[in-house]
Amino acid sequence: MAKSGNKSGGSGKKSLKRKAATEELQESAVAEHEATESGVQPPKTAAFPPGFSISEIKNKQRRHLMFTRWKQQQRKEKLAAKKRLKKEREALGDKAPPKPIPKTIDNQRVYDETIVDPNDEEVAYDEATDEFASYFNRQTSPKILITTSDRPHGRTVRLCEQLSTVIPNSHVYYRRGLALKKIIPQCISRDFTDLIVVNEDRKTPNGLILSHLPNGPTAHFKMSSVRLRKEIKRRGKDPTEHIPEIILNNFTTRLGHSVGRMFASLFPHNPQFIGRQVATFHNQRDYIFFRFHRYIFKSEKKVGIQELGPCFTLKLRSLQKGTFDSKYGEYEWIHKPREMDTSRRKFHL
Amino acid sequence: MASAAARWNHVWVGTETGILKGVNLQRKQAVNFTAAGQPRREEAVSALCWGAGGETQILVGCADRTVKHFSTEEGIFQGQRHCPGGEGTFRGLAQADGTLITCVDSGILRVWREDDKEASSDPLLELRVGPGVCRMRQDPAHPHVVATGGKENALKVWDLQGSEEPVFRAKNVRNDWLDLRVPIWDQDIHFLPGSQKLVTCTGYHQVRVYDPASPQRRPVLETNYGDYPLTAMTLTPGGNSVIVGNTHGQLAEIDFRQGRLLGCLKGLAGSVRGLQCHPSKPLLASCGLDRVLRVHRIQNPRGLEHKVYLKSQLNCVLLSGRDNWEDEPQEPQEPNKVRSEDTETDELWASLEAAAKRKLPDLKQTQGALQTKRRKKRPGSTSP
Repeated sequence: MAKSGNKSGGSGKKSLKRKAATEELQESAVAEHEATESGVQPPKTAAFPPGFSISEIKNKQRRHLMFTRWKQQQRKEKLAAKKRLKKEREALGDKAPPKPIPKTIDNQRVYDETIVDPNDEEVAYDEATDEFASYFNRQTSPKILITTSDRPHGRTVRLCEQLSTVIPNSHVYYRRGLALKKIIPQCISRDFTDLIVVNEDRKTPNGLILSHLPNGPTAHFKMSSVRLRKEIKRRGKDPTEHIPEIILNNFTTRLGHSVGRMFASLFPHNPQFIGRQVATFHNQRDYIFFRFHRYIFKSEKKVGIQELGPCFTLKLRSLQKGTFDSKYGEYEWIHKPREMDTSRRKFHL
Repeated sequence: MASAAARWNHVWVGTETGILKGVNLQRKQAVNFTAAGQPRREEAVSALCWGAGGETQILVGCADRTVKHFSTEEGIFQGQRHCPGGEGTFRGLAQADGTLITCVDSGILRVWREDDKEASSDPLLELRVGPGVCRMRQDPAHPHVVATGGKENALKVWDLQGSEEPVFRAKNVRNDWLDLRVPIWDQDIHFLPGSQKLVTCTGYHQVRVYDPASPQRRPVLETNYGDYPLTAMTLTPGGNSVIVGNTHGQLAEIDFRQGRLLGCLKGLAGSVRGLQCHPSKPLLASCGLDRVLRVHRIQNPRGLEHKVYLKSQLNCVLLSGRDNWEDEPQEPQEPNKVRSEDTETDELWASLEAAAKRKLPDLKQTQGALQTKRRKKRPGSTSP
């Protein structure tokens, strides 16, 4: 009884308002039936009992119908509200209040006390005397060794080759089952400043270990969305031998500064602007996006860019003090998912 | 003003850039103290210990082999002495009856006379402990007894007033199930109060208890925790357990009577470099390479109490053992200020009374209460 009453009540309300009936035959039948029954007093307002919700209707088709109808009405109301707001803004003209800024996760980021203040002397001293000081004082110039995990497949090999064209003064060597701890002293004796190891799993590269050599920190990243040159749409011709410029975006916290400096120390200091090439490391929400572009200034303010080179995304897993020693090394920062990923608005880099 | 309030700091932390930081957890302030006014990486603090006379003096051992004296009363470095001999940084610093005991990485343990001037650069006593020392610890009950241990350097207990040979020399455990020698890497040592026992934690994630009083030189108890080297250890106020930290920032409380894991503490993101528990309250101060000092509560309930971001990598921590944590006692060092305030307020009172007699008498009462409250709340020091 109650159900039928509800149905009729609901349909009564809607049938009065809607002229174009896009409902099923049942609906129209019920409407006619209802109209003939109580033609004297067509109910204007819905005769729902209070506390009724659409989800309580047991008939799936009917429930779906009620829901779509409710949704359409919500959409209509929203559109009407928007139009009204727009009219009001136009009516007010200059006196209109400024538009409210939509909330995004980046906007709502939890305040991080480790964000570096540019005037901070202690942090400035710390950075001036850390392991990268010799690079930033122009005493050493980078020399990179790129290798992979053992027995790499084609994709990883090609990524390493492309990385070596992107990073100047880099050499690719095959990893023939050698232990990293044995490679590192040999690299140091041959004046290498950085070691990059691309880790591979199931024929795709999925990790990156970046170790600054004399005794510097080792960063371990998770690598995803790797796109080789031929997979990049609308790309330009291969990169030339010119030294690229570097852009480091959004490395604001102390940890971000360390990682940013690590990336910066991969490239030589003197970018050749003739080459018009730029490597970008963009950090957003703890993901670091690497892109390599060639740019051209069409006018003072308009730039055209072509993407060259490989592109991939990195996420920092750990930063270890000292060269690669995952078992006995001391870690400066480790990503602990159950402790650090509890808030969607807290980022660490 | 900052220096005057230095005595009320709860925690003292030494950093890799040579700065000694005093942290006041009540006021949530951290103050930097440097000997030369500028941080210097050559003076990286590698050992901290309380000096003579309660907790009024701190001995700071730096990487350039100097030991600096810092006074907490005045908040300045008072003097320093150079302790040459051996190679490497300080691995242990202790103070006993007017002498200073230092031990360096290469195994030279020296006892120096604690003069005001560093006139005599000859040590009173020198011992060779063996290379690769990771820790030297003094027995708080017997100041002339020290224990040393390190990488491939077994635990040895020395009596500085006795002979040149160690009093107790630990033996390595039996070969493991593959008949391979178990390597030794003692990272931290503690003496257990009330008995002769020692607890060590190793770089191969073992926690061992040794008993010199028993005939066996091998450890009496051995447990494992985690997969990573344990870098720091401290005894809990209860007396039955230790808290250890490893290179991954995991802190665990281990009962050394049964060898059982009691619980873990979370929050650290980097390698633990220093740990210290308060002698009576269930508080633990921890510092590490992630540049944050954390104070945890160990029991009821277990959790984080304070977290302070200090901008340099932290090497060692000293927690003040005083009981009046909460109350900041009225500072008697500012009598002048208090007296001048009194005269000012007396004048104010006089003017108030004259005015208030005409109007509401109870307003004067509330105003008086407010005045006193404001006087008490005036902070002594400024922010760093």
